[in-house]
Amino acid sequence: MLMGRILFAVWVLLLPLAASATSEVYPFDTAADQERFRTLISELRCPKCQNQNIADSNAPIAKDMRDEVYRMLRQGATNQQVTDALVGRFGEFVLYKPGFDERTALLWATPLIAVLGGVLVVIGIVIRGRRRDPSESSLSDAERRRAEQLLEDRDDGA
Amino acid sequence: MMRRVLLFIPVVLAVALGIVLFAGIGKDPTHLESALIGKPVPVFELADLQDPDTIHRDDIFVGEVSLLNVWGTWCPACRDEHDDLVWLARDEGVRIVGLNYKDNRDLALEWLDSLGNPYALSLYDPQGRLGFDLGVYGAPETYVIDAEGVVRFRHVGVVTPQVWQQTLQPLVERYGKGG
Repeated sequence: MLMGRILFAVWVLLLPLAASATSEVYPFDTAADQERFRTLISELRCPKCQNQNIADSNAPIAKDMRDEVYRMLRQGATNQQVTDALVGRFGEFVLYKPGFDERTALLWATPLIAVLGGVLVVIGIVIRGRRRDPSESSLSDAERRRAEQLLEDRDDGA
Repeated sequence: MMRRVLLFIPVVLAVALGIVLFAGIGKDPTHLESALIGKPVPVFELADLQDPDTIHRDDIFVGEVSLLNVWGTWCPACRDEHDDLVWLARDEGVRIVGLNYKDNRDLALEWLDSLGNPYALSLYDPQGRLGFDLGVYGAPETYVIDAEGVVRFRHVGVVTPQVWQQTLQPLVERYGKGG
């Protein structure tokens, strides 16, 4: 009885393995290529079901694209060649990471602009804070003298 | 004075953002410009739909402006536009090349027999190879191809008389005269 339960548990635990094994398999010779394939298909966007990458999408076109990436990698293509081939067919839309050119310059520069803006604000605040120190002391001359007097008295007393 | 001006920065930013977002309203994000505009039709070698022994190559587009219509019997929207394609070919005299995409030859022939055949020539692409090279992501798609075999325009979706009059006809006439 117990044995049966354990076997059942093991069987249930093995189910997910079987399930993943029946979905498409793209075997590679090396783990590095396998990793490259995984990265590529997660960075390419499905033109049909937008906002899904071709790794996640079930659309037929996404499968065609996965097959093409696989075929090209097996033939020794570089990542650049693979993305170029797909951009040549489907346009820059398929890239989640668009290339850097005049159209996308502002897009890529936005983080830099935001950081620079932030740095300028911080610099402004610091400079203003320093400038205020000597000139805008909240004590008048008479008060300052009295404060020094008090401090000296305390030192003497101690 | 300087402070006053700085106070308006958030307002300016909000207005700029508003303009950008407003410009995006009404645009259909599923309509993508083809990457092949201005480029020749990809090189291909495909069998004729009616006659499996006849092989067509990309030179079939040379000499006359054509529409290249990508369709399949599995595609309900293709059924919607079919009557309009028949009308275009028959009454407007447009040369339409059919690309039967990821389909079954028997089903496709049956479809053309019963609904009429608007295609001057039909390519049979069961694996979707030419479709893939063209960047087809959803049938029906219709391409305007000029007399030199260069892709000039892609329409994704159903061709209606309205689409023809407003979008395709001007292009066909323009490239027809040029070539």
